[in-house]
Amino acid sequence: MSAPVLDLSLVPPLGEPRPAVAPEVHQTTLPNGLRLVVVPRPGVPLVELRLRVPFAASAPRAAATHAARTALLASAVLLGTARHDQLEIAQLLQTHGGELSVSADADRLLFSTTMLPDGLGAVLDVLAELLTAPTYPAGPVDAERARVGERILIARSQPGVIARSALAARRFGAHPYAQQLPAAELVAAVTPAALRKLHRERVLPAGSTLVLVGDVDPAAAVDVVGTALAGWVAEGKAVGAAPVPTLAPAPLELVHRAGAVQSNVRLGGPAPGRTDPQLPALRLASMVFGGYFSSRLVENIRERRGYTYSPRSSVEHLMAGSSFTVEADVATGVTGPALLETVYELGRMALTPVTEAELDSARRYLLGTLALGTATHAGLASTLSALFGAGLSADWLAEHQQALAAVTVEEVTEASRRWLSPAGLTAVVVGDAEEVADQLRVLGPIEVTAPSVEPVPESLA
Amino acid sequence: MSYGAVRVVGVTAAGPDLTLRHPVERFTLDNGLRVVLAPDRSVPVVAVSVFYDVGMRSEPPGRTGFAHLFEHMMFQGSANVPKMEHARLVQAAGGTFNGSTHQDYTNYFQALPAEALERAIFLEADRMAAPAITEENLRNQIDVVKEEIRVNVLNRPYGAFPWLQLPEIAFESFANTHDGYGSFVDLESSTVDDATDFFSRYYAPSNAVLCIGGDLDPAETEVLVRRWFDPVPARPAPPAPVVGEPSPTTVRRGVVEDRLAPAPAVAIGWRVPDPVGDLDTYLGTVLLAELLSEGDASRLERRLLHTDRLAVAQSTYLGLFGDPFDVRDATLLVSQVHHPADVPVDRVLTAVHEEVDKVATDGVPADELARVTARTEAQLLQQADSVLGRTLGFASAELIHGRAELAGELAARLAAVTPDQVQAAARGLSPDTAAVLELRATGGAAR
Repeated sequence: MSAPVLDLSLVPPLGEPRPAVAPEVHQTTLPNGLRLVVVPRPGVPLVELRLRVPFAASAPRAAATHAARTALLASAVLLGTARHDQLEIAQLLQTHGGELSVSADADRLLFSTTMLPDGLGAVLDVLAELLTAPTYPAGPVDAERARVGERILIARSQPGVIARSALAARRFGAHPYAQQLPAAELVAAVTPAALRKLHRERVLPAGSTLVLVGDVDPAAAVDVVGTALAGWVAEGKAVGAAPVPTLAPAPLELVHRAGAVQSNVRLGGPAPGRTDPQLPALRLASMVFGGYFSSRLVENIRERRGYTYSPRSSVEHLMAGSSFTVEADVATGVTGPALLETVYELGRMALTPVTEAELDSARRYLLGTLALGTATHAGLASTLSALFGAGLSADWLAEHQQALAAVTVEEVTEASRRWLSPAGLTAVVVGDAEEVADQLRVLGPIEVTAPSVEPVPESLA
Repeated sequence: MSYGAVRVVGVTAAGPDLTLRHPVERFTLDNGLRVVLAPDRSVPVVAVSVFYDVGMRSEPPGRTGFAHLFEHMMFQGSANVPKMEHARLVQAAGGTFNGSTHQDYTNYFQALPAEALERAIFLEADRMAAPAITEENLRNQIDVVKEEIRVNVLNRPYGAFPWLQLPEIAFESFANTHDGYGSFVDLESSTVDDATDFFSRYYAPSNAVLCIGGDLDPAETEVLVRRWFDPVPARPAPPAPVVGEPSPTTVRRGVVEDRLAPAPAVAIGWRVPDPVGDLDTYLGTVLLAELLSEGDASRLERRLLHTDRLAVAQSTYLGLFGDPFDVRDATLLVSQVHHPADVPVDRVLTAVHEEVDKVATDGVPADELARVTARTEAQLLQQADSVLGRTLGFASAELIHGRAELAGELAARLAAVTPDQVQAAARGLSPDTAAVLELRATGGAAR
C-alpha cells in the first residue's frame, strides 16, 4: 500500500473542553505542628493516605550512614510497637482494606496506604503507634537487615540501577544525592539502637504533611486525626538537604559490564525547580525532545532507526535540586550511533527553534496528563503530598497550568539552550567496554570504570 | 433508558451492597463488532479500548512472538493516518495511549480528555480497517521488539522469570508452552505476508470488543461508533481458540540458569480450575492466592520471611501476568520466591507446601478470610478509580467472560466466597502435580 497522507479534514476535531473540577483542598496545622490536608472527592469509596516526613541527611559526611539507616528504618518501623507486633499491625490494617508501605528517598520518608472509609480512625490509631511507640525489636530487626542487604544486592545487579547510580555519583559528587542505594556493608552495621535514635530525632510532626483524599468528610477528618495523632509530639525541626553543587561535566563515563547485549545510555544535568519561572518552558522542551512518544528522540532512534525500545527524557524534582535526564537502552552494536543521534537532537533543541505544532502538542499533552494524573484518589494524594512536601500548595497546579499555556517558541529555545545543551550534560554509559569503547571514543573522550562491587552481607541462615 | 450523572454507589466492607453500579450498555454492529459503553461522568475523561481475541496462545509453531510483534505493527499508521500520527493525534489532544499483548487477547487503548472522544474512535476504526503493514515498518519494529526483549529479558537478571520459562514445564501443548515474546529466529523471519494473513485472520471486527468508558453520553457515543466502525468490512471470526488441556498428574521440575542474577529464585505453578467455565470454584482460588501472599499478615510472608527466614521476597498470583480475570483455561496459580543462596531450594518448597497443606487440612478462620476479602475489595476499588482501569476491566470481562458486568460484580462475588471454598481450593494445590522451576544464579557476580 502507498504511504498514507494525513488528511486533516478527515480527523474529527476536538470538542469543547469540559471544565475540570478543581480539588476542594482543606488544610490545617495541628497543635503538634503536623500539617493536615484533606480533599473530599467523588469516585470509589476509598480513602488514600500519604504521610510525608522530611528525612534528608543532615551533612554530606553522614550521608552514607544515614542512607543505610533510613533504608532499614523504612521496613523495620512496621516490625512492632509497644502495643502490637508486626502481625497484629498488618491485620489491623488489612481489616480495613489497608496495607501500609513505607518508602524512603534522599529527601523524605513516606507512609502510604489506601483504606475503606470506615477504617480511617483505626488506621490512624495504628499510624500513631508506629510514629510514637515503635520498638525495633532486636530479633526481627536482624532478619529485616539481612533481607534489606539481599535486596540491595539484587537491585545492584540491574543495569538500570547501575546506570542511575553511576550518573548520580558523577553529577553530585560528595553531596548526599549521590547516594542512590545504600551500601550493603553499612546496612549490615545498623543496630536497633541506631534505628530508635534516628526515629526519635527525625520522625517529627513539625515539617511533616498528612494528606487524605477520597471518601472523607473534612471536618470529621480533622477531629479524627487530631485525636489519633495528639500524642505525636516531639521537639526538633525538620532537616533539609544542602544545595546541590555545580560540578563541571566530566568526560563520558563508560561503566564496563562484560557481555552486556545492550548499553544503558544516560545523560543528566540540572533543571529549574518547581518555582523557577523557566520550569514550564523547560518541561515543554523536554517533551518535544524526548518526553513522550510524539517526540523527536522517539521518532529518530526508535521509529526511524530501531536502535531502542523506550528512549525518554524527564524532569524530576528533589528538594535541593532538580534534574533533566535522558535515558535510552540501546543495542550494543549501535551504542555510538545512538549517542550521536541523541546528542544531535539535544543540540538541535538548543540551537534551532521548535515548530508551533510541536509546542502546541507538548503543551496539550502536559495539560491533559496533569488532569489524568490527578483524576484518581491515589494520583491526587501523591501529587499533593509532593507539592506540600516541597513547601507549595495545591494552587501550584493551577498556576503551573496557566504558565504552560503562555510559553512561546522563543522561551522553549532559551530554556533548551540553558538546560539541554549536550556540552552541559553529564553522560554515563553502562555496557560491554570491549564492544562499545571504540565507538564512543569517536564522539569524545571517555573514562572506563568497573561497576562497584560490594562484599556479601551476612547470610540469613 | 436514561443516563444521568452516574456515581459509584457507596460500598463498605460492612455494607450489604458490594456491586459497583456502573450501567453498561451493549450493542453489536452489522460487521460483528461488539460494543460496550460504560458511562461515568464524575471526571471529564474518557477511555477508548479495543480488545482483539488473539494472544500469545494463538501463535502457530514457527511464529512465536508474532501476536506481540503485530501489536507493534498496529502503531505504524493506517489507511488515513501516517506513521507517528496516531501518537501525535492522541497526545496532542492531551491523551495517553498504549497497547499490550496477553495470553488470550491483545488490547489497544487511549485515555483522553472527554472532548477527544471522536478522534480516538476514528483512530481505532482506521487501523481496524487497514493498518500500514509495509516491509519498512515491519523491519523497523522487529528491531524495536528485539530491543524490548533485550531490556526485559536478556540484559537483566531474573528477566521475565518465571512467565517465559515456567509454562514450558507446566503445560503440554504448543499454545501453552511456547515463548510468547518470541525467538529472534522467528521474529527475524517474519514477512509482510505473515502479517497480512495474521491481520486478516484475527483482526476481524467480529473478533473484537470496543469498550468506551467515562465521561460520555451513550446515545451520542453510539452515533459516533456507528459513524466510524460501520464502514469496517465484515470478515468471519476465526474459530474459538482451544487452549485448555488435561490437568497434570505428575510433578515436573526444571532449571533455568541466570548468569546475571546474584541470588537464586524458585517458582511453583499449579493448575487451577477453569476461570471461565468454573468461575465459582475459581473465586475460592483467587482468595487463596491473596490469603497466602498479600501483605505482612499473609501465610507465606509470615512463614518464609518472618518465622523461618528462608526468603527475601515472595508473591503468589493467578495467571502469568497477575490478573486472575483476564485468562482462560488452562492457567496457573504461581508462587514465586527469591531466597538467599545458602537456603536450599527444597527447604523453601517444603515450607510452601506445608502452608498450603495447613489451609487444605485445617481450613481458614472466618475472621482471617474477612480481612483478606476487605483487602481484595480495596484493591479492586483502587483499580476501578481510574477511568482507564475501569474500562479495561469491563473490556476484558466482556471478551473473556462474555459479560462486562462481571467486572463490577467481582467484589460482591468474592465477599460471598466461604472458608470451605478456600479450603477446597488449597486441596487442589498438591505437591504431586506442581511444576517447579528453579532459577540458579550461575554467573558468580558478587558471590
